[in-house]
Amino acid sequence: MTPLDFVVSLALISVAAGVLGSLIGLGGGVVIVPVLTLLYHVDIRLAIGASIVSVIATSSGAAAAYVRERMTNLRAGMFLEIATTTGAVSGAYLTTLLPTRSLFIFFGLVLAYSSFATFKRRHTAQALTVSNDRLANFFDLHGSYYDPAEQREIPYKVVGTKLGLFLMYLAGLVSALLGIGSGALKVPAMDSAMHLPMKVSSATSNFMIGVTAAASAGVYFIRGQIDPIIAAPVAVGVLVGATFGARVLGRVTSKTVRLVFVVVLVVISVEMLQKGFFP
Amino acid sequence: MEEKVRKVELAISMVLRVGVVVSVLVVGAGLALMFAHHQAYVPITGHFSYRALTSSSTRFPHSFAALWRSIGRGDGRGIVVLGVLILILTPVLRVAVGVLSFIYEKDPPMTIVTLYVLAVLIGSFFLAGA
Repeated sequence: MTPLDFVVSLALISVAAGVLGSLIGLGGGVVIVPVLTLLYHVDIRLAIGASIVSVIATSSGAAAAYVRERMTNLRAGMFLEIATTTGAVSGAYLTTLLPTRSLFIFFGLVLAYSSFATFKRRHTAQALTVSNDRLANFFDLHGSYYDPAEQREIPYKVVGTKLGLFLMYLAGLVSALLGIGSGALKVPAMDSAMHLPMKVSSATSNFMIGVTAAASAGVYFIRGQIDPIIAAPVAVGVLVGATFGARVLGRVTSKTVRLVFVVVLVVISVEMLQKGFFP
Repeated sequence: MEEKVRKVELAISMVLRVGVVVSVLVVGAGLALMFAHHQAYVPITGHFSYRALTSSSTRFPHSFAALWRSIGRGDGRGIVVLGVLILILTPVLRVAVGVLSFIYEKDPPMTIVTLYVLAVLIGSFFLAGA
């Protein structure tokens, strides 16, 4: 395979990763890392560097559209970024201290549980109308969005802000420590713990993952993990895919988004458990 | 209130859009230069394998000093890395615009929130030794 074949084929796969990632609020690292290591036999360090690029590309590409269409809860996203960025930075410090294998097993189990919890909520589409959450009221994190699939404006209230902050801290920590799973924890934190509507959770997670990834991207660049010939097709392909994917989210139902998310979550959880048990 | 939020939304959406478009253009130009400078990369079939460019011993700029030298030489690799760095900085810029918008909209709680996030992000770049 010549460099030209490599660049073109990887760009096409990246388009698919961008569509999937933007739809369910994940970074597309789920697709990019296994494709690069298993299909192209690329060094794992360079694959993880490409995955960070893919996360930022998905986030910026899709969020530009989601924010304009008011699908993203801007205030909740920015508020929760306090926890994700703090988690990401503390993760960078803890990375040599914590046993990676047990972490993979622990978070594999956490994700397995949250995929089960999301699956149970698949029929829930009712948004909350009241909230006694003091943090959410003080920062006015409640919102409303227009759902094109239901053709109506849906106002919603936010609860469980403290639990949400804690889960977001874990999400930042895990993405810095393990290089994957940042969006996989963010979506359940908003959907299950804070009761944001599923589409808003996905769009807001999309909005946030770019910032979490940017907090560790500098390290990856200096360590020499951003290989231009891998990063270029990934960046361009994912950006194109995410721009297309952002048009899909509005039209499909919350149930579909949840089911796609559950499938991907199960895959990530199995991937993590496998890395923990058979490294 | 609603109108204020809308303004912040449009400003942030604009920053993201500009960052994305600029980085795609720069990465694309760098990639084109890379292929233009290395005739061996271009054929669809041949002996030259991409593996030489993706192994752990592959050399490419990964410090700012090396990056500027590489761009100065008109090397496609350097320009691709520059485009990727623009992409990486887009979310940081988005947070900065958030801070400015919330100051302008006189929303002290959210200004503090976004300032904290911006400080942590900038701190993380220094921690990386960049």
